[in-house]
Amino acid sequence: MNKGSKLAMGIAAISLLLVGCGKATSSTGSKESSAALSGKVTAVGSTALQPLAAKAGTNFTAKNTKVNLTVQGGGSGTGLSQVQAGAVSIGDSDIFAEEKDGIKADKLTDHKVAVVGMAPVVNKDSGVKNLKMAQLKQIFTGKITNWKEVGGKDEKIVIINRAQGSGTRATFENAVLKGADAVKSQEQDSNGAVQKIVSTTPGAISYLAFSYFTNKLQAVSIDNVTPTDNNVETNKWKIWSYEHMYTKGTPDKATTAFLKYMDSKTVQDSLVKDMGYISIHDMKVTKDAKGVVTQN
Amino acid sequence: MEQTNFQLKKQDTQSQEWSKRLHHATRATREDWIGRGISYLCIGVIILVVASMLWFITSKGIATFTQNHVSLWKFLSGTDWSPSQGKIGALPMIVGSFAVTFAAAIVATPFAVGTAIFMTEISPNKGRKFLQPVIELLVGIPSVVYGFIGLAVVVPFMRHLVGGSGFGIISATFVLFVMVLPTITSMTVDSLRAVPRYYKEASLALGATRWQTVSKVILRSATPGILTAVIFGMARAFGEALAVQMVIGNAAVMPKNLISAASTLTSQLTTGIGDTIDGTLPNNALWSLALILLLMSLFFNALVRVIAKRGQLKHER
Repeated sequence: MNKGSKLAMGIAAISLLLVGCGKATSSTGSKESSAALSGKVTAVGSTALQPLAAKAGTNFTAKNTKVNLTVQGGGSGTGLSQVQAGAVSIGDSDIFAEEKDGIKADKLTDHKVAVVGMAPVVNKDSGVKNLKMAQLKQIFTGKITNWKEVGGKDEKIVIINRAQGSGTRATFENAVLKGADAVKSQEQDSNGAVQKIVSTTPGAISYLAFSYFTNKLQAVSIDNVTPTDNNVETNKWKIWSYEHMYTKGTPDKATTAFLKYMDSKTVQDSLVKDMGYISIHDMKVTKDAKGVVTQN
Repeated sequence: MEQTNFQLKKQDTQSQEWSKRLHHATRATREDWIGRGISYLCIGVIILVVASMLWFITSKGIATFTQNHVSLWKFLSGTDWSPSQGKIGALPMIVGSFAVTFAAAIVATPFAVGTAIFMTEISPNKGRKFLQPVIELLVGIPSVVYGFIGLAVVVPFMRHLVGGSGFGIISATFVLFVMVLPTITSMTVDSLRAVPRYYKEASLALGATRWQTVSKVILRSATPGILTAVIFGMARAFGEALAVQMVIGNAAVMPKNLISAASTLTSQLTTGIGDTIDGTLPNNALWSLALILLLMSLFFNALVRVIAKRGQLKHER
């Protein structure tokens, strides 16, 4: 009871808290244009988008010192329900609002700010570097249970999933399982936990955003397509999702300015790439909420 | 006659004066009032907070059954937990929670009682100077640190020792053992110290050895206190979320053995809450898990009270 209620209280408290940090800087050029801009912007949700949003937010408030901008995690579900309830100005999400039960997507406006590629990762011990899509599906549905069946070592496969409802998991299952039920297995609640557990547990397999790859674990190619940014941009690599910033109704000036800043060349061409995301401007395809991909 | 009348009158006016003075609140009385007012206000606020929390969790927790029309029996006995597909059988988590709680209490109690006997009977001096601070230190370590040590040390150790992935009930038991040990120990110490001195003296005077005194007199008369300590430890283990979540593996399946990944009520709550939407079944189902946790901790509290009452009667006799 203790932790559950603490968590609920925590969520309530977090929505009241402000961690915004507006540092006074002596930039001269943009000062006049931004002098009028002020207000409070709160972006809450996806932990996958959080690092990018936080860094961009810091840069944004450095230029617009009157804007109080706060970026928080909490998960895509939290982001979507908070923005729908009108509690925050921006709801960060890894998945389309249409994909989430209980969210009225037509009331929200989608702003795609980046693309994240995800790939299966395995412990280096397994000896597997490439899998067929069908094999991957069989592993996650529990039909293949030993690495030797797919050309690896004689070692039991340990599946590590993300929590049900996680955006990363939804993306992975849409692309790989295509409606089939995943076998019940371990569930972890963050990319960081998955990264640590896969790199230390022999026989482990999971999936991670590209930015979480390390040399301690093996990213797996699918049907000999390597998980790279270029392959995502052309949709040769199928497991990827947009990072969304959702707003409700007509956002205020400060929010609009921040969203515009997220889409600007300054962010898309440097920050997005530096932090391991893929720029929305580089995408040569478009995916809609139903997963249908069209060439640009 | 008249004189007495006069005297009575005089007395009357005097007593009126006195009664005025006595009826008028003095400074001390007023301070008393203010103090009482502040106390009542604080109590009121606390009661309000507790009551609203109870109401909040209960109303959210029963929404699964009233709004989503899941049958209570299916919820408690079902073994398939996939809230996003509308399947919410909570039995795997209930079993997981009880398994780690009882296992941790069973492992920790002998250590705790042994330590407590050492600290009170065998070497009270060393106990106070050395063991007391160590135990207090264990209480102060945040649970995320326990979890992290569990993930970095206990899980790989169990993997080498018993095979499998290392995640599971046995690792969670190990971590919880260390976490509940200080609770059980310090409360057992208190209850051992509360044993009347003359019990011990009488026993020794009858020619009993120290071991006989400790095992037959002191432990026996402190039993209700020790049981209370164990139950408090179990309550802590039952409600622990973070550390358990990091080492148990969070697989919502019925635990088949001690070394395969399982999950507890708390671990499902912490992993799931961020990804669910208010008012939907997956979210309501998590609140129902929270309700079970709440009821269980109320149950533990009630149990402590019952045992304390029985213990009192015993001492009086």
